[in-house]
Amino acid sequence: MNYFLFIIIINLFPTSVFAQTAQEKGLEIVKEVDKRDTGFSDTQAKLEMVLKNRGGNESRRSLKMKTLEIIGDGDKSLIIFNTPRDIKGTAFLSFTHALVPDDQWLYLPALKRVKRISSSNKSGPFLGSEYSFEDLTSFEITRYNYLYLKDEVVDGIDCFIIEMRPNYEYSGYTRQIGWIDKTRYLIIKAEYYDRKDSLLKTQLFKNYKQYLEKYWRASEQLMSNHQNGKSTELLWEDYTFGVGLIERDFDKNTLKRAR
Amino acid sequence: MIRQFTFIIILFFFGYAKSNAFEYSGYLGVESLGFLNDPLDANQHHHYLSTVAEIELYHEWDKGSQSIAFVPFYRYSQHDNQRTHFDIRELTWLKAAENWELRLGFRKVFWGVSEAQHLVDIINQSDLVENADTEDKLGQPMINLAIIQPWGTLDLFFLTGFRERTFTGKEGRLRSFPEISVGDARYEKKGIEKHLAFALRWSHSLGDWDLGLSHFYGMSREPSLIIDSKVGELKLIPYYEMIHQTGLDLQVTKGSWLWKMEAIIRSGQGKTFFADTIGFEYTLYNLFEIGLDVGMVAEYLYDSRGDNAPTTTEDDFLAGIRFSLNDIQSTEILAGVIFDRRSNEKFYNIEASRRLGDDFKIEVEARFFRGASANDISYFLRKDNHIRAALSYHF
Repeated sequence: MNYFLFIIIINLFPTSVFAQTAQEKGLEIVKEVDKRDTGFSDTQAKLEMVLKNRGGNESRRSLKMKTLEIIGDGDKSLIIFNTPRDIKGTAFLSFTHALVPDDQWLYLPALKRVKRISSSNKSGPFLGSEYSFEDLTSFEITRYNYLYLKDEVVDGIDCFIIEMRPNYEYSGYTRQIGWIDKTRYLIIKAEYYDRKDSLLKTQLFKNYKQYLEKYWRASEQLMSNHQNGKSTELLWEDYTFGVGLIERDFDKNTLKRAR
Repeated sequence: MIRQFTFIIILFFFGYAKSNAFEYSGYLGVESLGFLNDPLDANQHHHYLSTVAEIELYHEWDKGSQSIAFVPFYRYSQHDNQRTHFDIRELTWLKAAENWELRLGFRKVFWGVSEAQHLVDIINQSDLVENADTEDKLGQPMINLAIIQPWGTLDLFFLTGFRERTFTGKEGRLRSFPEISVGDARYEKKGIEKHLAFALRWSHSLGDWDLGLSHFYGMSREPSLIIDSKVGELKLIPYYEMIHQTGLDLQVTKGSWLWKMEAIIRSGQGKTFFADTIGFEYTLYNLFEIGLDVGMVAEYLYDSRGDNAPTTTEDDFLAGIRFSLNDIQSTEILAGVIFDRRSNEKFYNIEASRRLGDDFKIEVEARFFRGASANDISYFLRKDNHIRAALSYHF
């Protein structure tokens, strides 16, 4: 076989025929996760956050969340606070971008003021919970480097285990480990390692429901912080897909009258 | 009259609220306002207790594109009869469409970006008896059409009804000497011209720039104060003039830096003048990985009228620091000092707030005035160092 022909043959075969690297396999899995969740257009849901401290004392927040899928860029989202009552009407608008920093605005109803805020706050807590801002923003493939580690069975579900290292600035994590359901391509469990690479938090995604016979959403999420003993539970209700939201529902004018 | 009218509206709304999907929320609060020094005037007191209530009734229909909101407000203050006051903060009908939003009624509008002062913000009258920081406003009756286009939002305002600025009463503190005689206010124009004002504002976000350009024509919200001596009794009379004011507000958000600028040109109130605030806010997020945010604020405040400016901030700096604990109770502390570049005049401000349980909130505010000389405007506040503590129940 001459050398020229050999090159052509190599290029005819998909790379997976040859030894696929762990990086390639990781990326391929995540791309499949992303692909299966593409096309949902828009969603709206109610969210109850249950914050528990080490002693088991509970504090609750109720929020409403609207998301608009933007093909070719990050999603737009609007979070409206209902309780605690003293911050009722406060609303948080976020335009996620894959490569440049996100755009974020906060509406303060007492002052009727829309404030552009810095999106450098990635690792800080959201509303005093164990979720940080980076845990709640929309997922973008380009924000991480991936590494497939191995397969493992979690609660009877056959999973891929993938390591994700953020390549954006100001992250509070060195890496995240994700367990991904091999059949449905859903995240079942995630571990978060802090800047010193020690285990900080574990998140479990439970009670997945399918919408429009395609898109899966967990009805319950539980984030446990191993370092401070606190936890936050997210309980989703009234998930609606295809509400008919448009970009106009995600602008500074809408922010001032969001409910 | 207006109170009876409002009372009827409240009854109507409550009656309606029972049968329809009216949402209600609001707060009830008690406040202690204590002064550290003996007052300059024997009519004034050391300590004032007050109670406050604000209720919001809200109803939306037409899939949320139409709504009505009604927000009555009332404060009762011990001793100070001017601070005891009622206001309709909001009574608005809103219709939102894809390219426009129309609002009719009483409401509050905020424009601006800076922290030390709010130069550009001109739609509403300041409710100065609530707080000297000018952040509390009286409800302004208006017709407001917002035109929403890819090139930005153009807000057109037709303001129907002038509201006088509120000032502390004879027995109240944080006031001028002689006192301001609110009932004797004078106006450059009378009748309908006094009451009508027009404004427009274009605002837009371009990448990390958020900017607004505005113009206002109408009765100034900020009165000139003129000395009047009726039968030997010296008084300060608010005098409201017709002004044109053009304003610019700009914020550039670069990483953890917020660069801010507000500038105005005002004519009609003496000589045309220029004023601006420029500065930044830089925040260190999640410090020590305990969720603590520490923000540093620095602003420079300028007024081209210099020492003749009827404000204390004609050539001053603000240096401030903000701590947000981001805990379950949303604990926040803000401390700042505004100091004159050339004199010793200083104003210290410390504010702290924290939620108690789920429904209560406590706020504490300490303000100190230092170094004002006899020809400074803040000289009359030299004995008015005070601590305000407020507890409110939110529902």
